Amino acid sequence: MDCSESLTMQATSRRALLLGGASFAAWAYLPKFARAADGRDPRFVTIILRGALDGLATVAPIGDPDYAGLHGAIALRSDGPNAAVMLDPFFGLHPAMPEFARMYRAKQAAVVHAVATSYRDRSHFDGQDVLESGFPGPGRVQSGWLNRALEALPKGERVTSALAVGPTTPLVLRGAAPTVGWAPTALPQAADDTAMRLLDLYQHRDPTLASALTQGLQLEKQAQGDEMKPKPGGGGVAAMRLVARGAAKLMAADDGPRIGALAFDGWDTHANEGGPVGRLAQLLGGLDGALAEFQSGLGARWRDTVIVVATEFGRTARINGTEGTDHGTGTIALLAGGAVNGGRMITDWPGLKVANLYQARDLAPTTDLRAVIKGVLHDQFGLGERVLAETVFPDSAPAKPMKGLVV
Amino acid sequence: MARDSQAALIALNRFGFGARGGASGDFINAASDPRGFVLAELARPNGALLEVPGLLSTPELGKQVFDYQFEIQQARNAAKAAQQGASETPPQDAKPQPRRNLSLSTAAKEIAGRDPAMQPQAADGANAAMSSSATMQPSVNPPKPPAQPLNIIQKTFRAEALARLQRGVVADCGFVERLVVFWSNHFCISANKGALARMWAGSFEREAIRPHVLGRFGDMLKAVEQHPAMLFFLDNQQSLGPESRAGINRNRGLNENLAREIMELHTLGVGGGYTQDDVTALARVITGWTFAGRRGQLGTPGSFVFNANAHQPGPQQVLGKTYAQAGVAQGEAVLSDIARHPSTAKFIATKFARHFVADDPPPALVAKLQDTFTRTDGDLRALATALVQSNEAWQAPLTKMRSPYEFLLASGRLLARNPEDPGRYLNGLNLLGQPLWSPAGPNGFPDTAAAWAAPEGIKLRLDISAQLASQLADRFDPRDLLELVAADAAAPETRRTIERAESRQQALALLLMSPEFQRR
Repeated sequence: MDCSESLTMQATSRRALLLGGASFAAWAYLPKFARAADGRDPRFVTIILRGALDGLATVAPIGDPDYAGLHGAIALRSDGPNAAVMLDPFFGLHPAMPEFARMYRAKQAAVVHAVATSYRDRSHFDGQDVLESGFPGPGRVQSGWLNRALEALPKGERVTSALAVGPTTPLVLRGAAPTVGWAPTALPQAADDTAMRLLDLYQHRDPTLASALTQGLQLEKQAQGDEMKPKPGGGGVAAMRLVARGAAKLMAADDGPRIGALAFDGWDTHANEGGPVGRLAQLLGGLDGALAEFQSGLGARWRDTVIVVATEFGRTARINGTEGTDHGTGTIALLAGGAVNGGRMITDWPGLKVANLYQARDLAPTTDLRAVIKGVLHDQFGLGERVLAETVFPDSAPAKPMKGLVV
Repeated sequence: MARDSQAALIALNRFGFGARGGASGDFINAASDPRGFVLAELARPNGALLEVPGLLSTPELGKQVFDYQFEIQQARNAAKAAQQGASETPPQDAKPQPRRNLSLSTAAKEIAGRDPAMQPQAADGANAAMSSSATMQPSVNPPKPPAQPLNIIQKTFRAEALARLQRGVVADCGFVERLVVFWSNHFCISANKGALARMWAGSFEREAIRPHVLGRFGDMLKAVEQHPAMLFFLDNQQSLGPESRAGINRNRGLNENLAREIMELHTLGVGGGYTQDDVTALARVITGWTFAGRRGQLGTPGSFVFNANAHQPGPQQVLGKTYAQAGVAQGEAVLSDIARHPSTAKFIATKFARHFVADDPPPALVAKLQDTFTRTDGDLRALATALVQSNEAWQAPLTKMRSPYEFLLASGRLLARNPEDPGRYLNGLNLLGQPLWSPAGPNGFPDTAAAWAAPEGIKLRLDISAQLASQLADRFDPRDLLELVAADAAAPETRRTIERAESRQQALALLLMSPEFQRR
């Protein structure tokens, strides 16, 4: 191996770190819009938080008289050291998210609270399937809602650069519409000629592998020259920033991808979740940093961007016996981007009295997450209500697209 | 001699880790009696155990971690004391400081480091330090000395990894090792949880998985759920019965993490007929299942103990049945019943068939395995035998992809490279998205062809193959290797592609990437 040891080690630790916490994939085509009139060139990113984010700890209903008792030692407060940033007189934002707070004040970010998918059990894996597949129930893992939305979009040029981290495409973007991915590596590349011969063999013997290899080769080329310098250490938090920085750079390019997905792992805070500081705070800091990277990296394109942050379900309203929270139901979704009609808390607050909790245990969901995403897809890309209700989110007609999420 | 090349390919690749190189004669032996070749390994007494000099028991390893962490803590205290500049005061660590009794949760926090979620940083360091040489670099090059000496945790992880890899490389067929990998992934822990998990990842597999791979499912289940590594991985050592003495004193209570995964991932499966109430009840039942800490108040440090003080008293109802037993027997009774539950039989049979045969396994095969599991009370040797004896397992086309672990091990076997250093394998696994004993969640690594046939994964396999070939191809004639791998079962296109390659290096890379080598 030609490259120096330190380079290899960096690459290895970086890859391990990215696989441990973050990934990005994108649609292989540009959408074709007849929007020359206003020069709008919309971007859309969804960030999937796997493991179930504690919405009550991220955007805390400090004004709810039952909140402090339920969240106990890890509850946020509106005063004192590490106070929450009050978004309105009732809700306080976790202090680890100053960038999101700034976006919120600039009316470029919004919070949807007491939101959930249609899934009502508490398995991560089924919950993630429902969140990412967009089907009403688990078990449908062939394609994701974002991929089916792409199929409904008019297809323009193929993108010439793309980036994905992690050897697999997240379910939300899996499906018939072609996607692209790339991962940095310090391995020397196989010679082009070897790759072409292998491709020829696959085309005769194994069409599935032929298609995978074709994409893999294209992506590697496009990613070259992109300065994603490996950075040792940093853990999952640094990985979130890093992958967002790379994604934003690619998505800012005129011929770069417009629609992509990231997945961040590690939100399953069963024990020692921490309050204003601690484990969840670190993760939220990473997410906050990722959002900031998108804003700075997208530059002028931030104006046309909507980022939707969603998780499979929430966590118990009451902390468990180990200062963490177990699997729950209602949680939050975050919207960020220059195109977001922001500065708002969007919620039909159910209250935290035991009688109002879902199964006397979880924040009761009052908003269907599908309505939020459908609203964004409708406003951002002009997808029709029928396609959204039948194809993108099958059997979701009652969850009408939420209006006015995009300026 | 009867010769069935296609069946030999299935025997070696679907059930094993592929043909070994050199004069092993694996392909010919497999071709003459494919089923017998696979089943021979099941007949060896204790064939699944891994007893290698130098590999220690979980309590012994636990003690090393506790001591290591205690030393670090002492050094930190001493540094702090020195910083405070009291030159006339003797250093704090001159004698071990008597410390007040640690609560379980405090101990756990210490063990895991300040923050379990942030541990991957340290874990990455450990993985990186394992890569003293480049990915799959040939062992003829002396490994460069790592920048920093490895600590006891990194050393142990490497030693455990090496023992497992060496066993896989030398095994005849590798069916038993494939079973170990399957069950280890089914009951996975992640080394990234923290220092103890990294230290125990290997001993967990040696102690809780291997002794039962050809034994009974119920025994494996009990061994797994009572193993300190699993209790640590899924937080059960922190879970206290709300009405237990410790729960009342410390005003802490349940953590249902382990209970949920027992039902969802280890036995019944999602939709297996349990409710949230069952999960919570099981969580209460297994309160007190923990391991002894550094000071050994509850027992030998690092060993499983039942802490009656933490156990929720009283009967509990799980899946409609009331369990009135006292103490650890209550949980053992529940596990014993769950192991025999029809949902468990179905869940295990499906997962087993999916792993070995097809992403959507033939329903007749699943039914057969489910029946075997039920009829034999979870006899896993009988389950494995039924799989190999079935016709479905030999008729289904080779549509599965080798996992990165299977791919790297198969390469090592073919090229006769018994590793002396696990670094290149561990690096390769990290690159390809299957870091050893470190899946992203308690559901383990994916087990479908699509998961391992993604564009980037295939490109990386090609790069690794090319690199390996550039270093090793001079020692081999790729046409001979193709005979060892597939013989008559090689497709004409594959044969042509290898014969027409412009160099040995290119030919070997193409062979390693051929469908005959990648599919199983």
